[in-house]
Amino acid sequence: MLDFPRWKIALVTGICLLGLVFALPNVIPGAMRANLPGWLPQNTINLGLDLQGGSYFLLEVDAADVLAEQIEGFSDSLLSAMRDARTSKGRRVGYAGFRTSGQTVSFTLRDPTKRDLVRKVLNAAITPVGAGPLSPGTPDFTFDISEDGKVTATLTEDSIAARKSQVVGQSIEVIRRRVDELGTREPSIQGQGDSRIVVQLPGLQDPDEARAIFTQTARLTFHLVDGSASPEDIARGRIPPGSEVLPFEDEPSRKIAIRRRAMITGDQLNSASASFSENRWIVNISFNSAGGRVFADVTRKNVGRPFAIVLDGKVISAPNINEPILGGAAQISGSFTAESAARLALLLRAGALPADLVVKEERTVGPDMGAESVAAGKIAGIIGLVGVVVFMVLVYGRFGIIADFALLANIVLLMAAMSGLQATLTLPGIAGIVLTVGMAVDANVLVFERIREEIRIGRKPVQAVDAGYRNAMSTIFDANFTTLIAALLMFQFGSGPVKGFAVTLAIGILTSVFSAIMVTRMILALWLRRARPQAITV
Amino acid sequence: MRLRLVPEKTSVPFMRGRSVAVVLSVLLIIGSAAYTYVHGLNFGIDFRGGVTIEIETQQPADVEAIRSAISSLGLGDVAAQEFGNPNDVLIRVEQQAEGTQDAAIAAVVETLNALYGNSYTIRRTEAVGPVVSGELVEKGITAVLLAVGAIMIYIWFRFEWQFGLGAVVSLVHDIALTIGFFSFTGLEFNLSIVAAILTIIGYSLNDTVVVFDRIRENLRKYRKPTMLEIIDQSLNETLARTLMTSVTTLLALLALLFLGGEVIRGFTAAMIWGVVIGTYSSIFVASPVLNALNVSREAFIPDEVKSKAP
Repeated sequence: MLDFPRWKIALVTGICLLGLVFALPNVIPGAMRANLPGWLPQNTINLGLDLQGGSYFLLEVDAADVLAEQIEGFSDSLLSAMRDARTSKGRRVGYAGFRTSGQTVSFTLRDPTKRDLVRKVLNAAITPVGAGPLSPGTPDFTFDISEDGKVTATLTEDSIAARKSQVVGQSIEVIRRRVDELGTREPSIQGQGDSRIVVQLPGLQDPDEARAIFTQTARLTFHLVDGSASPEDIARGRIPPGSEVLPFEDEPSRKIAIRRRAMITGDQLNSASASFSENRWIVNISFNSAGGRVFADVTRKNVGRPFAIVLDGKVISAPNINEPILGGAAQISGSFTAESAARLALLLRAGALPADLVVKEERTVGPDMGAESVAAGKIAGIIGLVGVVVFMVLVYGRFGIIADFALLANIVLLMAAMSGLQATLTLPGIAGIVLTVGMAVDANVLVFERIREEIRIGRKPVQAVDAGYRNAMSTIFDANFTTLIAALLMFQFGSGPVKGFAVTLAIGILTSVFSAIMVTRMILALWLRRARPQAITV
Repeated sequence: MRLRLVPEKTSVPFMRGRSVAVVLSVLLIIGSAAYTYVHGLNFGIDFRGGVTIEIETQQPADVEAIRSAISSLGLGDVAAQEFGNPNDVLIRVEQQAEGTQDAAIAAVVETLNALYGNSYTIRRTEAVGPVVSGELVEKGITAVLLAVGAIMIYIWFRFEWQFGLGAVVSLVHDIALTIGFFSFTGLEFNLSIVAAILTIIGYSLNDTVVVFDRIRENLRKYRKPTMLEIIDQSLNETLARTLMTSVTTLLALLALLFLGGEVIRGFTAAMIWGVVIGTYSSIFVASPVLNALNVSREAFIPDEVKSKAP
């Protein structure tokens, strides 16, 4: 156990030195860190949002919203498939009672004997989901035709899941563009599970602003106003098919009937910006060339009629088309403030979300509070460390000093591993480090108590130390392995801060075992070899 | 002169007090369960859902005024309490319907603006919806159960099943008493307390494994003494280490308790409690259980000894 060949000494010393190099950036001032030569590591420990301040948001895609949109597209595609279906004599296939409910579309054939033909038509309409080089994929819908000609077609779970994950992917893109516009440094935006998105914004000052930016869908559409509906019709909800009633944004009790079909939508925008003109805030938009042509075309055909600018189901304004708008540019004026105009411009530039997002969880920590936590943790850590160091010397004398040396090596290695792996340090993580300080000496205590016992039964110093290590080894292993199990489970099932604690604890266990059985043992071995003491007191 | 926590050689008859210890432990577990059943736990936002806002005012805050102003918003139960010092207030609003947390935060902030204008700062905001809080409860329970299960299997492999069961009984004891402690003190029970419980499990087990290792070793070494004598001897031999490690860990934890700040105080309190009961349970719960389970000593006789036997 006490046999330390040169290579082993070199290895242990090397690891400790490497630890020093990796831990160094954490203790030198930032300016000096920037001047370090490029070959030295410069990463400091990555502070969690609870320590550096910032916001965490857990968003979920509104599944009902996604499904509603998907079923609409599905029923459209079935309608057009049935419209195009022809019998061998070139006749259309008659059907009635076409309706959608949940994830199912149903209708009834006028002539049930046309079942085989319809079966063929529907089979041709199926598109596989999740097809890849190795799998044919699964159908996006299944259908059933009864004896009396009732057809029910249902979207498969796979197809709904595929659509959801597509929506999540698109939402992440949109949120990334929006957050980038905010100018937040190092945002992290990640999908989680099949319908969630985690957004982490370090150092964000205003969570209200961020929340508004994630949750506003920003679907901008231009519609013609349905002039045939009188105010009484609108109040009673009696409107022509193809039209719908929407409230005004700034005056929800005021309603207007618009054509359901949009003249043009926000995804044809080229740019958007806020400006101040004629004593109010407006948003200037310009369409891309295709959009500009469409816009010019509809405005030319509808001069003199009003149109509505609709944002997320609410009418912002409904001006008259005085003349054809040919330049592809327009202005949106409503009751904007400087902030709301700027925000709308930002959202329009970044594009609309494919579905509504709901904030499920939100945590924001102010920067002061994070800094206070770090400072408090540092003080507690140092005081705890001093307490343990002094106590070890009081109890074990020379051996205590050696164990203290290993304890310092442990802290250096822990800091180095945290910086090198870029693990995130959270507030509970600081508690984990302080706890590690207390528990790290355990392995040494086990060995030292063992050595005491060996001396008591009359062994010579070298044999006593050797036997002490040999006998304590399996205990040290078992004791630390069980704690490691707890740490791994914490990492697997914990969230946020708890994960951070688990990481710190796990790294702390590894470094403390290394420093206790390698560093202490090496120092002891070298000391015994040089001093050759006749008797030792532990 | 060295500091000695215990004399060099001790022979405390721990196991003589085992009946008292077992009765005490059972009473404590039942007491904890009953108290928790009646009084419940002061669940934090992680498990209860809702909105928590911590603010700092420039003058000592009028907690009652804040509470009544926010109560009038119609958001359900509102609690406001001093948090660490008189200028720091923690406001908690009960669980809101899914997706309406943002509106609740906005309403509370507006009320605070009306009360304090610019003379306060928001230190942190947390909002957890019903779905997420449900998931966090589920994950927390799963993590604790899996940890206990995994540890039992590990110890069963390394020792004998009796040791595994003994360790798990003492873990259940520790977990029950920790939950009872939180019910009794009314300290907030949140996600980081689940982390604390898992760490207590790790620590208590650490202690138990050290004792069990020594019992195994002594079972191999000595054939004559009874199981009770072996356990007593092992406990005495490891006593110095048990106390040493408890003291160093407590030193670090006490520093954290007094200097580490308000947010992790509950976590640290749980850990300190856990270190104390974890040490107790290794001696007075795990070992008596092991004694009662009739460990087969055959299993610990090294093979070469077995083959020499007639």
